[in-house]
Amino acid sequence: MITFAHIPLSMNNTTKVLSVIVSLTIGITACQKLLPPVPPDDEILDGPVDGLSQQENAQFIAGDIAFNEDVFTKENGLGPYFVATSCVSCHAGDGKGHPSTTLTRFGQWDSTGNQFMQYGAPQLQNRALPGYNPEVIPVGAPSAKFIPPANTGLGFLAALTDAQILANVDPFDSDGDGISGVPNYIVPPSYFIPQSFHQSFSGKYIGRFGKKAAAVDLLHQTVNAYNQDMGITTEYAPYEPSMNGLAFPYPDDVADPEVSSNTVLNLVFYLRTLKAPIQRNQNDADVMAGKQIFINTKCASCHTPEWTTGASDISALSYKTFFPYTDLLLHDMGSGLDDGYTEGTAKTYEWRTPPLWGLGLAKFSQGGQYFLMHDGRATSIEQAILMHGGEAANSKNLYQGLSESDKQKLIKFLESL
Amino acid sequence: MKKILHLILLFNITICATAQSDTSLINRIKPDSSKLNMNMDAVYNRPFLQVGKVPVSLGGYVEANSSYFQTDGVTEGLSFQLPRLTIFVASSIKNRIKFLSEIELEEGGREINIEFASMDIQLHPLLNLRGGVIMNPIGSFNQNHDGPKWEFISRPISATTIIPSTWSNVGFGLFGKYARNNLVWAYELYLTNGFDDKIISNSENKTWLAASKVNSERFEESFNGVPLVTAKTAFRHRKIGEIGFSWMGGVYNKFQEDGLELDSRRRVDLFAIDFNTTIPKIKTYINAEWVWASINVPETYTQQYGNTQQGGFIDIVQPIFKRTMFGWENSTINLAFRTEYADYNIGRFTETGGNIFDHIFAIVPGISFRPSPQTVIRANYRYHWERDLLGNPAARTAGFQFGFSTYF
Ligand code: HEC
Ligand code: HEC
Repeated sequence: MITFAHIPLSMNNTTKVLSVIVSLTIGITACQKLLPPVPPDDEILDGPVDGLSQQENAQFIAGDIAFNEDVFTKENGLGPYFVATSCVSCHAGDGKGHPSTTLTRFGQWDSTGNQFMQYGAPQLQNRALPGYNPEVIPVGAPSAKFIPPANTGLGFLAALTDAQILANVDPFDSDGDGISGVPNYIVPPSYFIPQSFHQSFSGKYIGRFGKKAAAVDLLHQTVNAYNQDMGITTEYAPYEPSMNGLAFPYPDDVADPEVSSNTVLNLVFYLRTLKAPIQRNQNDADVMAGKQIFINTKCASCHTPEWTTGASDISALSYKTFFPYTDLLLHDMGSGLDDGYTEGTAKTYEWRTPPLWGLGLAKFSQGGQYFLMHDGRATSIEQAILMHGGEAANSKNLYQGLSESDKQKLIKFLESL
Repeated sequence: MKKILHLILLFNITICATAQSDTSLINRIKPDSSKLNMNMDAVYNRPFLQVGKVPVSLGGYVEANSSYFQTDGVTEGLSFQLPRLTIFVASSIKNRIKFLSEIELEEGGREINIEFASMDIQLHPLLNLRGGVIMNPIGSFNQNHDGPKWEFISRPISATTIIPSTWSNVGFGLFGKYARNNLVWAYELYLTNGFDDKIISNSENKTWLAASKVNSERFEESFNGVPLVTAKTAFRHRKIGEIGFSWMGGVYNKFQEDGLELDSRRRVDLFAIDFNTTIPKIKTYINAEWVWASINVPETYTQQYGNTQQGGFIDIVQPIFKRTMFGWENSTINLAFRTEYADYNIGRFTETGGNIFDHIFAIVPGISFRPSPQTVIRANYRYHWERDLLGNPAARTAGFQFGFSTYF
């Protein structure tokens, strides 16, 4: 074709070329500095627990993809009614969510169950594909908003035995500390397979996940998330979410189940093996003093600092001590936090103690600002504390009695989590 | 796929065969740089090979790169790409009737696109008819995107994701030019097929106009029967440079089927300004484009999908050496710098009134060597900051790219 033979490449030029190539290579190797480094492990929530096998690593990655990369659209089954289009839209970086992705649930006043199931309760699908009208809350139905929590370290909480959780239950406050704490007893979905550490209470089981502790395990939570948050069917929940009570499976063009059980189980595995947030500045004097104040002001009575797992089918979770700052129990939080809506056997004013681990990193997944408490109504840690009522009123009063510098230390401690 | 391979093979064999027998048969038609060429002339203003007196000329270009990128400490390693190989065939059918087609093989041949295949009939310099597969003249990059013309390995993000370059469609239209002294004025006006509802339903999880490119049915029929209108006007002054204003708008959704109404008509409109100039004496070349897009997203759909987008880029290219290097006359070494930005979701959250982010900002310094204007060997360093919808700390990606691009 076109020849290059006539180009005079003298020796001199060859040397030049070689030196260019050599210096380029050196340059590029020196350029590692120009590449963005890994953020420190204690500043990010993503990443697996230590000690997974290679096979477990592969399953973790498969779940990571389902969580962080799978985006649902009309073409692969989204909706027709939904709240968001992917797990990561609501749980950015596995962290807490933003008010723009809150869920609304409606229809239940008390433990007799949801009275508005025929209107599409409990979850409001407030978004819809073009051409469909989203759901609205029926007149007269009680409702509450829920802001997405972080998804970290959940495998450790899931590995605790019911007996461990029950050890802190004190319904009649026999120790007189003003704090009772009760589990939420849940009728589990039919696909729930109890593990050896689960106990049946006439067919009901202790809920652990969700703001009202209404999900028995991470499979329950995940199946509901697919179905109720995104309108995605699985073998576990084969019908599209109903629309204002019209409970027939909505005809979208995608064959059900829209997500395979394999994907669901990989995702559950991912949730089980996401590492727990790592505390920062543990040895800072203020942080250490703050931790003591946390105990003195009785915060730790509900926000139980430390737990140790028993045997688990994932060996990386077996016999591990971890620091979630929750007792997984429901507490009366007073009328200020009573939204009039509930789930399971919980009262409307009862909320599950949320884990406080990762609290200091919350604003890095919430767009630079805190949105705390079940619906994100508190925009600072202090506001969150001041909203504590009911069983936590005493603790809040103790906080208010602290000197300004002790308050700062307590908050510094909470931010280190 | 096979057909295309045969075509290329044939193309090569013909040239080789003729070249062997008689080299003088092949004429290299160099792009004409004397006239006041504008972005709209880019399709024809390319180097072509003509065999003898055959009224068909052939050309093409190829790009090949390697890249090494790292995002927040995690890298996929070194990879090599052949992002595209493009072949164009032009013919003068008759005086003032021309045909040009441009076929692009992307991603090593996995995707084959007809980028351009249209017939131009000149009735008057101010009135030309064009029909076929047209490159919608929105901004400048879409019309003037040949790899060898650029010192940058990656195409500008705003021009590939807000304006979905290369974006071509079947349709018809008019164009014309009027020149006087140092000034040229030009216009283009086309009706073509257009977008579909993938722009608000795609795996990017954001309003993504480029998602409609996947739908090759747009070359056969319109998604909704409403034409996409593209209009551009541009001015070029010999001393000042070229400025273009363009608009492209249409309906992207299927609002009716069998005469029954399914949804309201939802529009997508883009408006772009482009500018390029070469500063005399120091020969600094500046090329910029900015685009605004407005998309009617149903209010009951997710806020993840923005209804307003904007973005653009500025490229500055400075030749630093121009002399005979390695035996190539007038070869040049250039320094280049690009800054670019794309915001996929301009707006505020209904719940908090807070700003919706979802944007990307990048800087790209580079160096290039051009043995001839038709060939470029280039090295880029690229750093970009990507912020999610909520404005959480940016994901940072940086890396090196090295590659060449040449007309053949
Ligand atoms: C529309 C936003 C949204 C989407 C989408 C979403 N979540 Fe959630 N997620 C929430 C909210 C809100 C809660 C709290 C719900 C509750 O309290 O019952 C939650 C709770 C959880 C929990 C319980 C955490 C805890 O500490 O109790 C897990 C696990 C979880 N989500 C996983 C997922 C997975 C997996 C997906 C994707 C399949 C997903 N979520 C999709 C909003 C969302
Ligand atoms: C009686 C049990 C109880 C006590 C005592 C208690 N808390 Fe809480 N805490 C809760 C519950 C339950 C919630 C969740 C309330 C809600 O979501 O509306 C909560 C929420 C929080 C939150 C917000 C977490 C989030 O993710 O949104 C913070 C911060 C917090 N508590 C800190 C403290 C501190 C500090 C103290 C001590 C001064 C304290 N708590 C004492 C039960 C308790």
